[in-house]
Amino acid sequence: MTKFGEFGGQYIPETLMQTIAELTEAYEFYREDEEFQRELKDLYDNYAGRPSRLYEAKQMSQQLGGAKIYLKREDLNHTGSHKINNVLGQVLLAKKMGKRRIIAETGAGQHGVAAATVAALLGLECQVFMGYEDTQRQALNVFRMELLGATVTPVMSGSRTLKDAVNAALKEWVSRIDDTHYVIGSVVGPAPFPRMVRDFQKIIGEEIKEQVLEKEGKLPTAIVACLGGGSNAMGAFYPFLEDKEVRLIGCEAAGHGVETDKHAATLTKGSVGILHGMKSYFCQDGYGQITEVHSISAGLDYPGVGPEHALLFEEKRAEYVAVTDDEAVEAFYYLSRTEGIIPAIESAHAVAHAMKIAPLMQADEVLVINLSGRGDKDVAAIARYKGVQIHE
Amino acid sequence: MNRIVKAFQDNRRKKLIGFLTGGDPDLATTKELILEMAASGMDIIEIGIPFSDPAAEGPIIERANIRGIASRTTVDHLFEMVAELRKELQIPILFMTYANLIFAYGKERFMKNCEASGIDGIIVPDLPLEEMGEFKEACQKHGVIQISMLAPTSTARIEKIVAEAEGFLYCVSSLGVTGMRENLATSIAPLIEKIGSVVPCAIGFGISTPKQAKEMSQLADGVIIGSAIVAIIEKHGKKSPGPMGEFIKEIRKEMDTDA
Repeated sequence: MTKFGEFGGQYIPETLMQTIAELTEAYEFYREDEEFQRELKDLYDNYAGRPSRLYEAKQMSQQLGGAKIYLKREDLNHTGSHKINNVLGQVLLAKKMGKRRIIAETGAGQHGVAAATVAALLGLECQVFMGYEDTQRQALNVFRMELLGATVTPVMSGSRTLKDAVNAALKEWVSRIDDTHYVIGSVVGPAPFPRMVRDFQKIIGEEIKEQVLEKEGKLPTAIVACLGGGSNAMGAFYPFLEDKEVRLIGCEAAGHGVETDKHAATLTKGSVGILHGMKSYFCQDGYGQITEVHSISAGLDYPGVGPEHALLFEEKRAEYVAVTDDEAVEAFYYLSRTEGIIPAIESAHAVAHAMKIAPLMQADEVLVINLSGRGDKDVAAIARYKGVQIHE
Repeated sequence: MNRIVKAFQDNRRKKLIGFLTGGDPDLATTKELILEMAASGMDIIEIGIPFSDPAAEGPIIERANIRGIASRTTVDHLFEMVAELRKELQIPILFMTYANLIFAYGKERFMKNCEASGIDGIIVPDLPLEEMGEFKEACQKHGVIQISMLAPTSTARIEKIVAEAEGFLYCVSSLGVTGMRENLATSIAPLIEKIGSVVPCAIGFGISTPKQAKEMSQLADGVIIGSAIVAIIEKHGKKSPGPMGEFIKEIRKEMDTDA
């Protein structure tokens, strides 16, 4: 129940076990509760703006030659990414459980912004932990969270990125479990989080299926999604797991290249280990020390991956590839100029891989890119990457 | 017989259990500190293996982990050091380590080396009852005791935890991570009362003064002191064995004095 094959589990301090048991019980109850599901659907549709569009990228399809390309527009959700799907579910659940405060970790800031937003909506206190490096890379999102009434705590330990923000949030939770729920932002952490977050994100894949069937009368040939912890990928893949003919492709961050030590390609280069409450794949050395990872994208800059992805990887049900910083930036520009859509630098990793495989596919094949977020937050970082000085 | 079990059979005094991080500030000092601990009245010693992500630790022990990694101390160095110490020391020694360090090393190889070097047990803070099966077989095969933990939130789980407990039960004093606490709320006391004499109980997390050590020891069979010792090591570095020994003697004296 807590595992995906050998992966997953509950590798957490004893102090948290009771609260995790209560969370599991509440989740099992509310996932079957019609009123909860009705409230959640109302929030999805009327607050987040679901269903998100499935947009046919005609220029891109034509230029690349080959597959017919569709973009699943999670970037059009309220707060600008798929993260809102999970946060609405978890914060609604936390409220039902009588919690008055939520905490969250964030990398790029998208999950933190979503958490701060929903906390404001549902009237809960919110504290967001963010690696110091990321607060610098994504300064605008820090201000955005504060604007929404959240407290942002910069994390100074370790590599000062997403991994360390998770550590800090876990430490805060273990100190204050009575009134606080930890809204984990991806399909990671101890059970029930990986399954619960996947369930709140599977709406993406359910909509893709319905929309592609409606437009094309058949299932897509392939779905491409970027992958840090793996929540947008898991949400897009899950409803297709039994449709074996659909290729599912996750794109990890190769940073400067998987042959260097500056990447975050966990499945491509990592090995099985135990961290953040789960057994999964991690970037680590021979002694089990977690290694520092690198990606231009703060949201993919994580040394682990969700346990269900680890299982799909070992079962070969999904394929996992690595995309470099340079390729992602090129795709960031390409989509902006070809379709007039600025993708999040995370999502640009998926766009980059789609650009590689689309020309190799047939004209009657359908390729869906999960455009997990919008790129407004990345504009300043891309300018820096290109050596452009911007004064806001 | 395992040295931990033997230590708790001797009930002439409450047990004083001390923690330090291996390789903080360097391996030679760690060895000196362990000898000093044993000479100053410690009953059991816990050595933390430095880890990149010590998620159960407060800032003091977290910094010790960073120093341990900076001194390039690995578990292999610690196995060698313990084997060396065993020539003159019979005090029970445990490893305090996160699950990934054992998993990456190979659980069978890890426990085999524990047995060979003279490590009597392991404490793994990210391995609750539900996941203790991960290393159970390897531990049993090599006579390494896996210490179970009990927290103030364990009320509904206490029977299952006690049933699996070996050596002693590590009772977490209060919510939160490791670290010195000025006011030590004893929310663990009612749970320890329930356990009675089925398994020895030692209280840890937050104990930093002789007075706190005495109070806590009266509730249990022993106390565990970590951050307060590590803070002395942080302050005095290579010269820490002396001041640390004085601190331990003070605690020992207070604990052994009749109230």
